[in-house]
Amino acid sequence: MAADTPVDYIKHHLTNLTYGKLPEGYERADGSVVEETTWTMARTAQEAADMGFMAVHVDTMGWSIAMGVLFLGLFRFAAKKATSGQPGGLQNMVEMTVEFVQGIVRDVFHGNNPLIAPLALTMFVWILLMNTLKLIPVDYIPTIAHAMGLEYFKIVPTTDPNGTFGISIGVFLLILFYSFKVKGPGGFLKELSFTPFNHWALVPFNLVLELLALIIKPVSLALRLFGNMYAGEVVFILIALLPLWIQWTLNVPWAIFHILVVTLQAFIFTTLAVVYLSAAHEDH
Amino acid sequence: MNINLTLIGQSIAFAIFVWFCVKYVWPPITEAMNARQKKIADGLSAADRASLDLELAQEKAAQELRTAKEEAAALIEQANKRASQIVEDSKSEARTEGQKLIDQAHAEIEQERVKARDALRAEVAALAVAGAEKILEKSVDANAHSEMLDKLAAEL
Repeated sequence: MAADTPVDYIKHHLTNLTYGKLPEGYERADGSVVEETTWTMARTAQEAADMGFMAVHVDTMGWSIAMGVLFLGLFRFAAKKATSGQPGGLQNMVEMTVEFVQGIVRDVFHGNNPLIAPLALTMFVWILLMNTLKLIPVDYIPTIAHAMGLEYFKIVPTTDPNGTFGISIGVFLLILFYSFKVKGPGGFLKELSFTPFNHWALVPFNLVLELLALIIKPVSLALRLFGNMYAGEVVFILIALLPLWIQWTLNVPWAIFHILVVTLQAFIFTTLAVVYLSAAHEDH
Repeated sequence: MNINLTLIGQSIAFAIFVWFCVKYVWPPITEAMNARQKKIADGLSAADRASLDLELAQEKAAQELRTAKEEAAALIEQANKRASQIVEDSKSEARTEGQKLIDQAHAEIEQERVKARDALRAEVAALAVAGAEKILEKSVDANAHSEMLDKLAAEL
């Protein structure tokens, strides 16, 4: 572990494995200078930061895709074998999840769109799985990764703002799409201009307010999930800094508490996304 | 905590997952669930129907039983009537038969009596003749005195 002090340890655990572009003439951490623009793994947090936008968090992408594939593989497997007769254990679990999500959509979504329920299912299970990665002790995977020669490894994609914003931007695009589709460009614009104050003189005020409210939606979705997961992760890392024999006294209750948080955050994200999409479907 | 291309990658991954879920995961599962729902509803209504049928069948069976009982009672009554009639018939038949036999017996007895009287009468006549012969010490010409003898016999 490349951690000499607690601060280093925490910083190390909160840095993603970054693959990105280093510009020509960049001086790397070991003092060598990049001769021409290259794509490479960042060796330090500073290098990762200097890569700017042209970089990919390999761990975030890898684990989120792995969780997505796990979710879809499991559910596809169950779906293929789905029978209308007596369901087995896996089908039972899958159906319970589906019914749970259907319940959310039925309660919250007041439109008729066959896309929303499977969208909500994908969000819920995927986020749940990604969050659940957090319950793996903080040092396990980074240690293995270190043994394989990878300097940084942060396995929980939802503790990476890129991960949560990626999803919420998808939701935001759907909100925009359905707003335009259902209300029409004029209707959408009208809604933005004449709510909450239905008076022509207050149109600019309304517009500012509504646009802000619109943009806040994906930001709040992403930041809520990210904030909860990140904070939890930091606490886990802090607990891991304690002497070994005392760790369990804090670790165990925190992990048990996080079983709740993990589920709750997935649920909140899904429900709010469905609420926003429902609002996008409402034509006044 | 740098914002970078991961953002876009994550969005693309999300879109692909949603697409896959919409296309390949959601429909078969919900179909199976709906099919089961329908099956259960059908089963329940079938059970309702069956219990109604059962009630009807029970009612019908009770009715059948009742008619069968009535029929049986009628049959028994008829049989009883018939039996008593037969008994009555045979009784009267026996009575007439008996009467007939008694009458026949009476007639026979009468006949026998007449026969015996006749025989007795002939015997008495013969005895009378024989007695008279003894008295007269001479034979009585039966032919000569047949008229008297017959008169005597008839008087006996």
